[in-house]
Amino acid sequence: MRRSGIASFVLWICLTILTLLPVWWMLVVSMRPRVKLYSKSFLIDDLYWDNFLAVLNSSTFLQYLWNSLIVATSNAALVCALGLLAAFGLSRYRISGGDNVFFWLITNRMAPPAVFLLPLFLLFTKWFVFGDFMLFDTKIGLILLYCVFNLPFAIWLLKGMLDGIPLELDEAARVDGATTGQVLSNVILPLARPGLAVTFILTWIFAWNEYLFAATLTSSADARTVTTALAEYVSVTGTNWGEMAAMAFLTTLPALVVLGFVQKHIVAGLTFGALKG
Amino acid sequence: MRQSNIGWLFLAPATLILLVVGFIPFIYILYVGFFDWNTNAVDPTLRWAGLQNYRSLVFDTTFLNSLARTLVFAFFVVVSELLLGYVLARALMADRLWVRQFFRTIHTLPIVVAPIAVGATWRLLCVPGFGIVPYYLKQWFGIDYNISTNAYHAFATAIIMDLWHWTPFVTLSLMAGLTALPKEPLEQAQIDGGNKLQIFWYVIVPMLKPVLLTTVFIRLMDALRSVDEIWMLTKGGPAEATRFIGLHIWINVFPKTDYGYGAAMSLLTLYVTIVLSWLLFVAMTGRKGDAQ
Repeated sequence: MRRSGIASFVLWICLTILTLLPVWWMLVVSMRPRVKLYSKSFLIDDLYWDNFLAVLNSSTFLQYLWNSLIVATSNAALVCALGLLAAFGLSRYRISGGDNVFFWLITNRMAPPAVFLLPLFLLFTKWFVFGDFMLFDTKIGLILLYCVFNLPFAIWLLKGMLDGIPLELDEAARVDGATTGQVLSNVILPLARPGLAVTFILTWIFAWNEYLFAATLTSSADARTVTTALAEYVSVTGTNWGEMAAMAFLTTLPALVVLGFVQKHIVAGLTFGALKG
Repeated sequence: MRQSNIGWLFLAPATLILLVVGFIPFIYILYVGFFDWNTNAVDPTLRWAGLQNYRSLVFDTTFLNSLARTLVFAFFVVVSELLLGYVLARALMADRLWVRQFFRTIHTLPIVVAPIAVGATWRLLCVPGFGIVPYYLKQWFGIDYNISTNAYHAFATAIIMDLWHWTPFVTLSLMAGLTALPKEPLEQAQIDGGNKLQIFWYVIVPMLKPVLLTTVFIRLMDALRSVDEIWMLTKGGPAEATRFIGLHIWINVFPKTDYGYGAAMSLLTLYVTIVLSWLLFVAMTGRKGDAQ
């Protein structure tokens, strides 16, 4: 008994170190001045913030950061609103062909992004053009585009939550004379609020993390996001490791902030509700 | 449940957006794949090419190698993550509640970190001359580890990075699946004198099959399309050692502006992905059919 206790203790310590080491190393490098960069110690020597300051003082990076914030927030809001409506329709009405539509909605998430890069690029530059306005290199383009993977996710997650809200509540409200709109806003919305919060945070993170679409379908500071900033930085200056680590850490920061909140829902979310976390 | 087509009104906005950004691109690429189209060529218009793009694709060794490399990568990654994830999930299940909760939080970290930042971090760890991994491998074991010259090292590092990134997801999924299993069949099997291997194979695996299927399916899809991390870690190199299919399409189509050929390449990749997931589905559910 005692020996297995020690064995499991050692196993868990190793596992913790292995899981956290890459992120820790990123933090360590980001806090090293240039002269100490090649030190091989695993510890933070002193709190040195100049790398972060250098990154945050670059106006391009700030612009990219702002773009990312706008794109992720708008996309998450859009996806939550449309996802809630769609989930309400699927959960509360018997729609002819509803199952097939639902299946098709969900398969969109499984599409490999690299496969859709080319047609989207062509459509964004050549077809979805309205006078002087084209979707290519705009935040609106990215906001719409991220619906491909976030909307199916939101519909799935929210449908599961709405299915859990008893139909009797709707019926009771309707007997009292509520319209469909009132049922949605006064009965469903308050009860679905925790579910909406989870959906919003997860879709926000996915939109924030996205790289391939953002890198291909934007070209200027008007719409490029932090993930593209990080990739560009690596190809431009190969050796300024401190600032690169600081930039990578800033990109990771939102994920670290919401970690505690999403950990309960991440498995159910990623497996399309097939598994409860 | 209300019998009415009002339901469609609620579905309409979501359906419309997904038609525009999901379905139309698919139809469009299907169309472009039959044409010869290069915007930087002497004749930048679309010219009907029939199946010519697909015919050249079958003899394009770079493309085929990249596809094969992706399959090898996906196979290694999915199998090792499944084994590792199962062992860890079982070990965690046997442990105390606070241990389980602690690891659930820690294990969520790699899942939510941006793939591009994962690649950047692993580059900081592994890049020759700077990273700690090559340094300590040399110091402690005398191994010359270099991801920018040695193809095997780069490939192995790509796999290990993916293990770091996604094993936690497999562990958490399997834990969720194991928690939901009924206890009685397991106890019954023990009473009947089954050994550990028999119980695993004849009791746990069949009961866990839906969970295993879902997890493998999601991991396979993700492994087949991973681009961001690899791009940051090695840029697909050295030579083409880690140039997986998504990366191959990405770095080939856009600079060359050979859109017809690119469309054919994208579609064939999509086709392989769909066939693989279908085979997986048949393999996993078909065996269940035999047993009954």
